[in-house]
Amino acid sequence: MAEPLDDYIDAVAQALALPIEEAWRPAIRANLEVSLRLARLVDDFALPDETEPAPVFTA
Amino acid sequence: MTTKPDLTAAEIAKAVAGGQLSALDATEAALARIKQHDGVLNSFTDVTAERARARARAIDADIAAGKTVGPLAGVPFAVKNLFDVAGLTTRAGSKINRDCAPAKRDATLIERMEAAGAVLVGALNMGEYAYDFTGENVHDGPSRNPHDTTRMSGGSSGGSGSAVGGALVPIALGSDTNGSIRVPSSFCGTFGLKPTYGRLSRARSFPFVASLDHLGPFARSVTDLALAYDAMQGPDVDDAACTTTRGLEPTVPLLANPVSDLRIAIAGGHFQNNLFPEAVEAVSRVAKALGATQILDIPEASRARAAAYVITTTEGASLHLDRLRKRPNDFDPAVRDRLIAGAMVPAPMVDRAQKFRRWYRAQLAEIFKSVDVLLAPATPCTAPKLGQVTFKLDGVELPVRANIGIHTQPISFIGLPVVAVPVPLEPLPIGVQIITAPWREDIALRVAYALERMGVVATPSPRGL
Repeated sequence: MAEPLDDYIDAVAQALALPIEEAWRPAIRANLEVSLRLARLVDDFALPDETEPAPVFTA
Repeated sequence: MTTKPDLTAAEIAKAVAGGQLSALDATEAALARIKQHDGVLNSFTDVTAERARARARAIDADIAAGKTVGPLAGVPFAVKNLFDVAGLTTRAGSKINRDCAPAKRDATLIERMEAAGAVLVGALNMGEYAYDFTGENVHDGPSRNPHDTTRMSGGSSGGSGSAVGGALVPIALGSDTNGSIRVPSSFCGTFGLKPTYGRLSRARSFPFVASLDHLGPFARSVTDLALAYDAMQGPDVDDAACTTTRGLEPTVPLLANPVSDLRIAIAGGHFQNNLFPEAVEAVSRVAKALGATQILDIPEASRARAAAYVITTTEGASLHLDRLRKRPNDFDPAVRDRLIAGAMVPAPMVDRAQKFRRWYRAQLAEIFKSVDVLLAPATPCTAPKLGQVTFKLDGVELPVRANIGIHTQPISFIGLPVVAVPVPLEPLPIGVQIITAPWREDIALRVAYALERMGVVATPSPRGL
């Protein structure tokens, strides 16, 4: 049975022209699950609209 | 004068400058120790013996001619193999980069160490592309812990920790993106300095995460750490992140200043969770020696660690995207799969991590108005066994790799300076982070020096050799 992230992995791999062998898929999926879980933890934190990103470009 | 293995850089430099020891003899002694022990430690990937001898002879000639020599005269040192060394290929722990042309010029920090009289003796093993906390490397084999060679050196500057902890060289240089100086310092029982982000030039070193990468020294004493750090300071147009506003701020003359006026607190919350008893004991010993009793919660440190993870995996993926397309089978599979996953994290999440970083930076700036120093564990445990995948904490089985850096990541995330100090517990040492406000490396080094004088922290003699 296909895992929920598999379609997403296939679509992004195609968009980025990244070759993915089937044998790598479980580890990529597991890593992506961790990355997204931690990204959501950051996403959940409300910040003012005016917040600048840490790196600020200077001309 | 003999060159016993635990001779410090300061002692070597003094003896060389005073004519009691030649730079060539100091260099030969280091080369002999490397030959004797590195078959076991596997900390070196390149030994630059002829270059080192030529450099040492030049120093000896200067001394014979009555010229002034630098504060590191004749001191052997080595660098993580992501530093460019003229004539060597910069492998950055990888197989792929071995196909690159040899470097034409040394990294800025090597040039500065040599300008101070130090002698480069080689390049050191590391985790592939610095995406590692273990010191293991599928291409070169693991660098090993000098106190128990069945255990991890820590990563990603594993060879740096192993070589200094094993007393092959008194000073090594490494890099720290999320903890890669502080983790091997903790496991190998060395002192390590991760300076403020932007303090030391990264020019001509192979990057990992541009917005989080730092370079810094490892040593067996605080004075040696400060000598190396002072020698490497200064602006550099070849690194866009290197400060142009701070002048040279030497720390060696300040080391012996008292610490009684400093406000020192213990980092609470996130930094008191997920710890083995030895990490708790190490922080407790350091805090007690300094008279620190206040526990200060660091708001949202767990989220800071998460944001550092997101920035790391995505910037790392961006750096390696073309190599992932063209040579995916030449990566360590574990690194490749993490990087491919990193390429798939949606862009808004990365932007939010960078915005959170600014918010978190402001929280810590506020905290540093009321304290000068924060104490925190460097690692949750002493060095795990090589190949160990999980450890059991409070009855819960946790992955080793993912948890080694949980206490270092929220600090480097906002570029704070840290000295990792080794608490010589039995049977294995473990590190504590001495953390200060940006640009206050002098305070962190001063506290480390006071702890060293009190006998609370020290680099143990290598027990595994």
